[in-house]
Amino acid sequence: MTGGTLIVGASQAGLQVAVTMRELGVDTPIRLVGTESHLPYQRPPLSKAFLLGNTSPDLLTLRNLAFFSERGIDLSLSTAIREIRLVGGRGLARSSQGEEIPFDNLALTTGAAPRQLRVPGTDLAGVCYLRDVEDALTLRQAYSRATDVVIVGGGFIGLEVAAVSQQHGMRVTVVEAASSLLSRVAAPVMAEFYQQAHERRGVRFRLGAEVAEIRGTGSKVGWVELSDGSIVKADLVLVAIGVEPRTELAEQLGAACAGGIVVDRLAQTSVANVVAAGDCAVGPNPMGTSEMVRLESVQNAVDQAKAAGATLARLEHPYTAVPWFWSDQGDIKLHMAGLSAGYDDYVVRGDPETEKFSVLYYRDGRFMAISCVNRAPDYIAARGALTRGQHVPPDRVADASIPLGQLLVDSPPSRPR
Amino acid sequence: MPRVVYEHPDGSLTILDGEAGQSVMSLAVQNGVDGIIGECGGSCACATSHVYVGDTFLRTLQSMGELEDDMLSGTASERTPNSRLSCQIVLTEDKDGIVVALPVTQL
Repeated sequence: MTGGTLIVGASQAGLQVAVTMRELGVDTPIRLVGTESHLPYQRPPLSKAFLLGNTSPDLLTLRNLAFFSERGIDLSLSTAIREIRLVGGRGLARSSQGEEIPFDNLALTTGAAPRQLRVPGTDLAGVCYLRDVEDALTLRQAYSRATDVVIVGGGFIGLEVAAVSQQHGMRVTVVEAASSLLSRVAAPVMAEFYQQAHERRGVRFRLGAEVAEIRGTGSKVGWVELSDGSIVKADLVLVAIGVEPRTELAEQLGAACAGGIVVDRLAQTSVANVVAAGDCAVGPNPMGTSEMVRLESVQNAVDQAKAAGATLARLEHPYTAVPWFWSDQGDIKLHMAGLSAGYDDYVVRGDPETEKFSVLYYRDGRFMAISCVNRAPDYIAARGALTRGQHVPPDRVADASIPLGQLLVDSPPSRPR
Repeated sequence: MPRVVYEHPDGSLTILDGEAGQSVMSLAVQNGVDGIIGECGGSCACATSHVYVGDTFLRTLQSMGELEDDMLSGTASERTPNSRLSCQIVLTEDKDGIVVALPVTQL
């Protein structure tokens, strides 16, 4: 008898593991378990269009209920896995309902949890985080009463919510501990652009500033006190200071974890028959280099989960892909392809003042990534080039009048001296 | 409940009833229709919801935005005058019966 496959985490990656296994002909039982009460849904709109509009959460649904029954995927919502262990090669999980779930294969697609702000006052009403649809609905409701929003964290989520808040007509202040925005992911020119573009729209920034305390009258937030002693009025505070991968279950199994659940290109963890994918997993750079990366994106969740599903189907489909990502901040559309971490040179194409420009990143003379602001044709051309292993020589890239697609070359650059 | 007819490359049809406000992409993805991916969820960022819209309905659609036009230049299957991204086709009652043909590949 077989215990089949248990997938812990019913979001983008977990769903994809199940779908891929069925597509590859696996006919043993698949149990997909998630803590939330909603069918698996898209998260990216939660900080963008969904937050701005009035649409029903149902429109975010990734697959309807019939899909799961037709594919024989046993979906358990509102269920947490509390404990997990391996006994003699078989696995046993215990759910929050006290159910014991045996399994032969395990996929950990547990995602990540918002990093908590550890200062006094975070328990005041009006202090929010944004990870799931309930958080977004809470935030949407809060907008109807709020006038002054403080956003803690100048990353993508923080800036996307800043744009939405500003569009809702609120006074918005973004507090960022680093000296620039998006410091983990973008060149200084991109960080400066975003700061200026948001400032033009009325958003204020406090960079190099930390929140010391959130204060209020009664149980409700009233203002935020920064480490330099200054105060910013706030009736709504959104904390968006990054996420922590959820690795507790992997640790219970003794799987290697280092800033995430460690996996190889097949999404295999250090424990046999256990795979991991998505925000919770750290693995070799999918563009082929050896450094370990943990990527927080839909593309990564989907493509890594496809590798994981194949591995559980006893096939080898290594996760190699050109990562891509997007961010909508009001009318500023950012598209990124490749990974820029470790770049040693970059070229700006177009004038950031016009809010239409791209940044191409290079390492040892080799084109490795692009970030495009309102220049989707550059993104399409560059993403194709990276996928095909083509190069974009840096010398003529700055001339934005030449379509990027005309600058691609097949040969790699000569080795750096 | 606007009805959408998805025509697969082999000529077979999938017919689904959608809801007003939903996109042609999202209806297909929610029901697991092979041939439409829509990884970005309708943000016009992935160009994997490419469809060919039948002439009758093509004229009735909202005109194409610049971003959709740009993204269509990066589709995996050939772009034609009938090409649209199905994530940008929002269902309304007057689109009942719309026919979209699916490309051979989205990736």
